[in-house]
Amino acid sequence: MNLTATLRERLRHDLPLDDVLPDELPAYVHSYVYLFGIATIAALVILIMSGIVLAMAGPTWWHVSPVGHFLNSVHFWSVQAFFFFLVLHLWTTFFQGAWRDGRGATWVVGVLCFLVGIGTAFTGYISQQNFDAQWIAEQGKDAMNAIGVGAFFNVLNFGQMYDFHIVILPVIVSALVGLHLLLVRMRGVVRPYPAPGEPGEEVRP
Amino acid sequence: MSPRQRAYYRGITLEPYDLVKEGLIGFLLVGVLVLGLAAALSSPDEPPLTVQHVAATAPLVFVQTALGELNGTDSINSYGPPYNSGSGSVQSLGPVSFQRLAGVHIPIDTAQGMVLGPLRRVAQLEPSVAAALRTFDGATLARQAAWEAAYGVALAKARIQGTTVGLPAGGYGPVAPMLAGLLDLGRSGLLEPAVDNSPRIYSTDNTRSILFLQSAALPAQAARFHLVGSQWGMMNETGNYPGQAWLWLYTLGYQVPAYASSPNADALVMATIAVLTLVLLLLPWIPGLNRLPRLLGVYRLIWRDYYRDRAAPVAAPSPPAPMPSPPEPRARTGGRP
Repeated sequence: MNLTATLRERLRHDLPLDDVLPDELPAYVHSYVYLFGIATIAALVILIMSGIVLAMAGPTWWHVSPVGHFLNSVHFWSVQAFFFFLVLHLWTTFFQGAWRDGRGATWVVGVLCFLVGIGTAFTGYISQQNFDAQWIAEQGKDAMNAIGVGAFFNVLNFGQMYDFHIVILPVIVSALVGLHLLLVRMRGVVRPYPAPGEPGEEVRP
Repeated sequence: MSPRQRAYYRGITLEPYDLVKEGLIGFLLVGVLVLGLAAALSSPDEPPLTVQHVAATAPLVFVQTALGELNGTDSINSYGPPYNSGSGSVQSLGPVSFQRLAGVHIPIDTAQGMVLGPLRRVAQLEPSVAAALRTFDGATLARQAAWEAAYGVALAKARIQGTTVGLPAGGYGPVAPMLAGLLDLGRSGLLEPAVDNSPRIYSTDNTRSILFLQSAALPAQAARFHLVGSQWGMMNETGNYPGQAWLWLYTLGYQVPAYASSPNADALVMATIAVLTLVLLLLPWIPGLNRLPRLLGVYRLIWRDYYRDRAAPVAAPSPPAPMPSPPEPRARTGGRP
């Protein structure tokens, strides 16, 4: 078995460029409801861009530099925007039953984006090196310790939390968001529920 | 669009769409929004609470904390895993304690690590502290405990004179000069590095210095910012800024009286969140719940234009077809009604 050829055929079958970058979509996609996902990704891109600059300058820079503080503000409001749009996207896809017709994996990966995003934000708040960070770490330690996680994920250890925040979790979030996008393009957006009088409930590809 | 997706959308009107343009416009709009908010509203950055600040502004709190670390009455000394083998804060779910199972990975001896160890550094420079430490080390455990108890009783009658703690005469032996030396070390700003005491030069671990503050000073400061658990705790932010609102369900758990009053509150809340997270993850396959959106009917609002068009007389409903395989050459086969 040639693994390269197998992978190529699999990608050709599951991910044709016509689906990855389509130039026509169902008319019902022309709705603001379908913008929440792209707005979430836009906020994520701004988060990563501002985060890269903050990381390059080191964790204490933004406390003493007006430019750094502004970049931190961009990072702060980006995360608020990220979760605002993400939750709207989550709710609207829930109300659409967007997991229908074989889209369960897309839903699961989307929820994982949400969960790992929460972890990324949590470690970010702990990495701020200010009172909020101190207090969240002090409060969070009991929850982590109570389930046996605190021994290995020490929220009071700035170095460990900073590593998680600027490298490990952003890489995972980015990979999950990329996979989520590929799954959405692979399957396409879900059809609306059948209109009254229409036959059929779900299509199993 | 591939023939497979085209078949899936059979009977549905397809329209030209530019995903890349939409992404760029979205990026610009969100960028303007975020930059505007950042410029107009800035972001919170309340300075951290330091041991130095506590020693200077609340010396009695400092000394009470230090005595608790020395005589073992501080909650961390009996906390349990991952800090020690105590049981004071060990939580379990039914018969299982994941906290106990995880074991002691961050060993903390509060007396040695937070009081005696730092004092040995002070003793290098301060003969009176060195003498007090020699006396303390040479005494029996019972004698040490008696001195500590007497000092604790005397603290109740302490008078704050500026930045010093004035105590009535009593039989607390070397404990008074020891803790006075520790207070001096705290005021100098050197206690934190001494407490965190990394075996290497570079340290990024603040576990022990934060735990030193956690018994009294941190909660008092948090209460001023409306951040304590009964005030929805850490989902809030200092100042008038939004906090981690996405943690609302987690912090809601601590507002439930049955959870809040339980010695296993954290474990119960985390377990509840774990179960709810699993439900959210597996929603597509949970009978009943996976049909909830259809019952709720919000989709009629989301796709109202689609249903209006379908209801028009010219619309000819046709059921979707299963996705064909393998893919065929690109062709517009019945994509438009």
